Amino acid sequence: MDLLEKLTILSDAAKYDAACTSSGVKRKFQPGKIGNTSSSIAGCCHSFSADGRCITLLKVLMTNSCVYDCKYCVNRRSNDTRRAAFTPRELAELTIGFYRRNYIEGLFLSSGVMRNADYTTEQMIRALQILRQEYGFNGYIHAKAIPGTSPELVQQLGLLADRMSVNIELPSQQGLQLLAPDKTREAILRPMGLIRDRVLENRQELVKYKHAPSFSPAGQSTQLIVGATQDTDRHILHLTEALYQKYRLKRVFYSAYVPVVENSLLPSLDTKPPLLREHRLYQADWLLRFYGFRASELLDEAHPDFNPQLDPKCSWAVAHLEQFPVEIMRAEYETLLRIPGIGPTSAKRILSARRTTHLRLEDLKKLGVVVKRAQYFLLCDGHAAPGLRFSPSTIVQQLEAVERGSLPESEMQQLSLFDAAG
Amino acid sequence: MNSVAWRDVVFQYDGTFEGFLCCVFESYVHKEFPIAFSGNEECWSLYEVRYVVTEREHARRVYDSILRRSKGAADVVRRGFLTCLPEKESRLYAVIQKLYEEGAGFLHNISDPVYYPVAKALRHLSGELEKLRGFVRFSDYKGVLGAEIEPKNRVLPLLRKHFCDRYANEAFFIYDRTNKELLVYANSHSRLLTVDSLQLSLPGEEEVQFRRLWKQFYETIAIQERYNPRCQNTFMPKRYRGTMTEFLPDDYEAQQKGVNPPAACAAFPSPCVPNGKSEPAILPRSGLSAPESAP
Repeated sequence: MDLLEKLTILSDAAKYDAACTSSGVKRKFQPGKIGNTSSSIAGCCHSFSADGRCITLLKVLMTNSCVYDCKYCVNRRSNDTRRAAFTPRELAELTIGFYRRNYIEGLFLSSGVMRNADYTTEQMIRALQILRQEYGFNGYIHAKAIPGTSPELVQQLGLLADRMSVNIELPSQQGLQLLAPDKTREAILRPMGLIRDRVLENRQELVKYKHAPSFSPAGQSTQLIVGATQDTDRHILHLTEALYQKYRLKRVFYSAYVPVVENSLLPSLDTKPPLLREHRLYQADWLLRFYGFRASELLDEAHPDFNPQLDPKCSWAVAHLEQFPVEIMRAEYETLLRIPGIGPTSAKRILSARRTTHLRLEDLKKLGVVVKRAQYFLLCDGHAAPGLRFSPSTIVQQLEAVERGSLPESEMQQLSLFDAAG
Repeated sequence: MNSVAWRDVVFQYDGTFEGFLCCVFESYVHKEFPIAFSGNEECWSLYEVRYVVTEREHARRVYDSILRRSKGAADVVRRGFLTCLPEKESRLYAVIQKLYEEGAGFLHNISDPVYYPVAKALRHLSGELEKLRGFVRFSDYKGVLGAEIEPKNRVLPLLRKHFCDRYANEAFFIYDRTNKELLVYANSHSRLLTVDSLQLSLPGEEEVQFRRLWKQFYETIAIQERYNPRCQNTFMPKRYRGTMTEFLPDDYEAQQKGVNPPAACAAFPSPCVPNGKSEPAILPRSGLSAPESAP
């Protein structure tokens, strides 16, 4: 099988992994080696595929052969598909050839499970050793820890990688039992805990010895599949919050389930991936990480799922109108962040600008505030937006109108003249 | 400033950053307000035209006077000059004028009427820089990496450090078709040159093979069920795609008009000078306009 064919099979099998960041580590060029990770503090997108997702790493599997039979996965044992495997050398030359041409920021290496978790991880370690040591690759590497791998091997892998991830995939124990009978919750969480502990230990080592080898310096991430099981948004968001707090994850990714197999336990093949739901979860994830929200503020038992028509922040704000309007000239940073249409960047710009000037509504737009959304929730020097009319009963519709048109159409409810009659 | 005493004139200068700073110098020396700026081309105007000769010393004095007031302001002026903002000289002059009159406080407020147009252009510049760090596509021409870009802003002085750091072990060049500027790097030294046109040599077999592999990867990694060209266009506007491997034929060099083989690489590290003239080596090249200059 030629390289082009292998690459096709092994990137096709890896594409459902949403994680594609190259952030969190800054490593300088070293003489005799190839590359650096200098643009990786914020990450760097090298291209965007036809589905609008960023391409930053060469995302491939070592092999798509797998001993597991997870129902939702294209690579499951019982699936009749072509199998292939890279040799470490092929992988190294491909990575370096792509990196030199500035196609990519580095390598994202995952794998189907060959024989068992340890054997698979050993193969990955071997490939990364050749890439790092023989070929001198100094760019970014994201490596997947295979659930069930022994601690020594996770340790070795982490010394070669910049970021590691263990995919939870199915957000609940019931889902796992049903769809991935070969995996257990413990097998997934154990390496995650291990990586967290090693990263923390390593920070302390680095304080003591400047040249201590660094272990997964950009931390770890995970992925949750949305829509393959019955789990609610509330469940997923609380799980996310726990992962950020207990496991110190850098990112949780969500992947709208794309039906790849016919199985009575899964959504049928003609089900569209729940992209809007995924979008809402990402918005909420941002609110947890950058806006100081807690999961319990966004969803509760009475509202276990996000409103598809209205983003999570607006939903929260219209349910808490008693906290608004906020005076732009005096509110604290944390309070500004609670206003829909204002984010960390525009909030900081407001703080900076109001030191020297009295802000007017038309200035806010220049500072990057989405005034169409924010106007319902703020006062500028005591003044509301001129001509603005709304009441608690109309505000939801007015806010929905702002976002309508920028959402994926297929999932929006079609408004019909005849609904009421029908 | 007593505005009555000031006369309106058109400043004609050589188009360089230090030339612009000299215009500011002359303006204050002669109490002449720049009603417009013009490059070296012939200038027809109803206003009086003052031709400004670039004096390194004058440029330095003006730059230092800005720097003394605020480092941030110096950054704004230096980077602002690299943007594609229409009438950027007048906009930057206004910023400098306001800086002299009331200090750097107004730069804290992006919505300030004098600062806002420049701030907006700077944001555009930063966006383009961020995109190009990822979108620049090199080809291997017999061991030398070469890339072409078509940016709106003059990005090369600001991309210089990033690429020289990353490809420190390589020899490479990046040609900016819009601004006819060439960045060359080899043996730990980099230079920025003005070059009117550049003709690339034909790619070798290995190069073509890597292009095929990359294009195949690019096609495969997209999930059909999530097809979303609008999102793709937002993050990667179409104007960038004309120089990106994944959107070009395998041998696009052969399809460019009148290809002359190797010239570009044979004479490395100072390749492809046919119609080019070297940029006047006045100070900012390595000092003012490109402090991010390479090793």
